[in-house]
Amino acid sequence: MVKATKKWWPVFVLPTVAAFMIGFVIPFLEGLYLSFCKFTTINKASWVGISNYVKVFQDAQFWDSLTFTASFTVVSTVLINVLAFAIALALTRGLRGTNLFRTVFFMPNLIGGIVLGYIWNILINCLLSILGQPLIALNTSAGYWGLIVLMCWQQIGYMMIIYIAGLQSIPNDYIEAARIDGATSPQILFKIKIPNVMPSITICMFLTLTNSFKLFDQNLALTGGDPNHATEMLALNIYNNFYARSGAAWKGIGQAKAVIFCIMVITISLIQLRATRSKEVQQ
Amino acid sequence: MNNKPSLADKILPAFLGALCIVWVYPIIMILFNSLKKETAISTNTAFQLPNAESFAGLENFVNAVMSKGFIDAFVTSLIITVTSVAAILLFCSMCAWYITRVENILTKAIYFSFVFSMVVPFQMLMFTLASTSDMLNLNTPYNIWVIYLGFGAGLAVFMFTGFMKSIPLEIEEAAMIDGCNPFQTYFKIVLPILKPTMISVGILETMWVWNDYLLPYLVLDRKKYSTVPILIQYFKGSFGRVEMGPMMACIILTVLPIIIIYLFCQKHIIKGVVAGAVKG
Repeated sequence: MVKATKKWWPVFVLPTVAAFMIGFVIPFLEGLYLSFCKFTTINKASWVGISNYVKVFQDAQFWDSLTFTASFTVVSTVLINVLAFAIALALTRGLRGTNLFRTVFFMPNLIGGIVLGYIWNILINCLLSILGQPLIALNTSAGYWGLIVLMCWQQIGYMMIIYIAGLQSIPNDYIEAARIDGATSPQILFKIKIPNVMPSITICMFLTLTNSFKLFDQNLALTGGDPNHATEMLALNIYNNFYARSGAAWKGIGQAKAVIFCIMVITISLIQLRATRSKEVQQ
Repeated sequence: MNNKPSLADKILPAFLGALCIVWVYPIIMILFNSLKKETAISTNTAFQLPNAESFAGLENFVNAVMSKGFIDAFVTSLIITVTSVAAILLFCSMCAWYITRVENILTKAIYFSFVFSMVVPFQMLMFTLASTSDMLNLNTPYNIWVIYLGFGAGLAVFMFTGFMKSIPLEIEEAAMIDGCNPFQTYFKIVLPILKPTMISVGILETMWVWNDYLLPYLVLDRKKYSTVPILIQYFKGSFGRVEMGPMMACIILTVLPIIIIYLFCQKHIIKGVVAGAVKG
């Protein structure tokens, strides 16, 4: 049977692989190559070795955006997961209205980043002007916390759904047995529930970490990096190097940053997966 | 279990109810503001309901639809989403079937490249992708699905292969013995079994393509085409005064269909998202 199937590859595999070549492999390899070049278009590129990378590490804005991104990622990952888990715990108690709550909390996740960004831009600006503070375009801390609130609003529902699925898959016997043995509610939470939903925690941590680290649309729409690049995250910084700065040199630097960014995302994913997987318990 | 309703069980629903109101408030606020007159919209009164003086009826919506190109953008977004998702579902499921059934070094290599592509951020290839697609004339709403198929193949193939491994081989073997060629086997036997996974993948990819901003912005011929996210970004990004009224009307017109579809297919959407996350 395998043999009969094998010669059908032009029908089954070719369309996807050809599109994958055009949409991923070729641009990826070209991107890798261009990070060592000075260029304005792909055809007008001259090899400059690692000087782009050297310039990236000398660029103060790169370090600023990296720090901003890292701090945003840590805070938003912790907040989203803690809050989503708390809501999931509340929604698995069999309360009335659970379905309605679940529906509402999940909804923002379906709305695109650009639209979300502008919705919160309007809301936060209104809040700031009532409080007599400078608007978000001039206000770094409002931009930072605005991004975090927005990210929580968007992602909590999604993570909550995954945590609910995890919590519901814990056999009731475990909890009952623990209760008969005299375990208190916090003990049940930390000794039974959390170890048993470790796979869900892995997934949610992974998703929130990478989503936050790679954030672009929301950043562009909510703050646009204002004031003066202070709320510019890495993805937006790379984008601006490509399209907002004049001078051919910046495209090469942007591409080199993109390669570094890519390596960071891959590293984070690998470390994170390994770290949480090792804490999972066998059921 | 028979626990007595504790104090927490009494307070929690009220608390969650309040949280729900906080959750939907941003959208309600935009809705109210989109009904205000352009002159009445300002940052410090955005929390107020429209009153007799500032109420503009559907003026902003008419404006957004008639003169701001909302319909064009909506249709473009629709074309891109439908063609891309259809292509992804068809071709990626076929590809996934082949690489699970024919196991050799090459198919393994293809599989791992797909998985690798899921982690790579878009910024890594945005510049080169935009020029490649220009070169190959993939910069119209009718052709851009090729790019989406290539860039979105990772997740789709990954999810399909995950499910494919659980289908018993015997059914397909029986079909082949009865004289089906692989093409017929796939479409008559495998595809119907795949339906639940198709729905999950379809929902995830639709959410991605419909909301995507940067890829169409860089790839599409911007003078001729714009999608809904591009249009909304354009309100703010263009020079001069931002027309808040039509912009908020556009936001409502974008969000409303999503919410309506969501309320009707909630079960499928939530299931699809969980399936995608658990496998991812």
